[in-house]
Amino acid sequence: MAEYHLTTPISEEAARKLKVGDVIYVTGEHVYTARDEAHERAIEMFEKGEKPPVDFEGSVIYHVGPVAWKKDGKWKIVSAGPTTSIRMELFEDAFLRDYKARILVGKGGMGKKTLAALKEVGAVYCSYTGGCGALAAKGLKEVRAYEWQDLGMPEALWVITAEEFGPLLVTMDSHGKSIHEEMDKLVASRKAEVYAKIGVKE
Amino acid sequence: MNDPYQVIHDTTFRLLKKAVTELPSDIKEALETARNNETDETAKTQLSAILTNLEIAETGVPMCQDTGIMIFYVKVGAKFPFAGEIKEAITQACRKATKEIPIRPNAVNPIVGGNSGDNTGVKIPWINWEIVDGDSAQITAFPKGGGSENASIVGMLKPGVGLTGVKKLVVDNAFSYMGKACAPNIIGVGIGGGADIAIKIAKQQLMRPLNDKHPEPEVAKIEEELMDAINSSGIGPMGLGGKTTVLGVKVDYAMRHPASLPVGVAVQCWAARRSTAVISKDLKVTYLTHPLEGN
Repeated sequence: MAEYHLTTPISEEAARKLKVGDVIYVTGEHVYTARDEAHERAIEMFEKGEKPPVDFEGSVIYHVGPVAWKKDGKWKIVSAGPTTSIRMELFEDAFLRDYKARILVGKGGMGKKTLAALKEVGAVYCSYTGGCGALAAKGLKEVRAYEWQDLGMPEALWVITAEEFGPLLVTMDSHGKSIHEEMDKLVASRKAEVYAKIGVKE
Repeated sequence: MNDPYQVIHDTTFRLLKKAVTELPSDIKEALETARNNETDETAKTQLSAILTNLEIAETGVPMCQDTGIMIFYVKVGAKFPFAGEIKEAITQACRKATKEIPIRPNAVNPIVGGNSGDNTGVKIPWINWEIVDGDSAQITAFPKGGGSENASIVGMLKPGVGLTGVKKLVVDNAFSYMGKACAPNIIGVGIGGGADIAIKIAKQQLMRPLNDKHPEPEVAKIEEELMDAINSSGIGPMGLGGKTTVLGVKVDYAMRHPASLPVGVAVQCWAARRSTAVISKDLKVTYLTHPLEGN
């Protein structure tokens, strides 16, 4: 387990070095929020040959619908903990192949399609402690743009400058390892013991 | 005399502000105890992040960006003179809270799409009304996050499966969502009544303090068994492993139809936000979960 302080854009080589259990802090201008609808729109644009408002290559894609407000004419992130990433499983593999983002951040982990795409493209998935919106907002220093506003505040594409945004725990890497899969196995192995406590026989 | 509408409105605004920025003390203490009990490094890190986050939030920032859908529990005394003011005052307080705390606009129209932008809209805020004896009104703000709500279920069991079947449903549900509901969780279980009644009872259990045991020993035993069983799963904080998967399991019931065994399971994330105040008939306000300074 190593600790990395990375600056965006992140290269494929740097992303492939990361392993599950590593902790990352990210600094830089290529940090974007994207939930279901932003993923869907980005993929549609790619299919149509259109260019999104930002360059996703080497970026950090944060699964979050932030609370933000405009103070003195400038948007500021107030609270921004991760949302449940598995919803993006529908889109993430295509998104990774289309745009070569290098670090996904969310909570709860993702599935086999994304894990395969991480390996193919050279990227990682990191878990950020769910609900820690106030803590995350500290690392999301500046909002440079608020794109796709028609999707509403949570679903929009927020363009962010991060400073030591973390700790991000690598839970899925480009070597096919997933802490979430391992946890599934561990918990499944305990199921009989748990059932015994409530009088259920399998 | 103060304007009743204004008192209810201002009280509700403070309830929302406190709910989203400060956890009730029982929840916070349980999270601290959990951090001290965990031996797993990842689990400790997750709980420490939550506790640091809570400290930052107490400066007036929502602890979680998902500030929930606007749900209220209102117990109106039959002799409380201002019942007619409550709904509008709560609705307007939601609008003000959206702008001024701020909280995230979380009211989306499921038919035509679109976010109302102010946390109000068709049937939202949702108010659970109860008429009780007395001349005061008790309002609880209960903004509920979407992630943990998505792990809530209703099971219509065959009565033959008995209480073991009920417990299995709750445990199987925890196995299915693992850490995705932002564990450590609080689980409310409602048994009997009907589909709607079971989930309603389940959700009401999330209002109970963590140290509260059901007065009937048979039910208290189910609460304990379920908590012990789920915590032995190893799911842990955020599903990344550890001893603390639930901070509490609370169970209650209603009589059931001979042919039905409905079970509601309401899942709450660690950000168990609730804030309660009582407004008397002469408009004195007592904040129960988040007392005013100096009280």
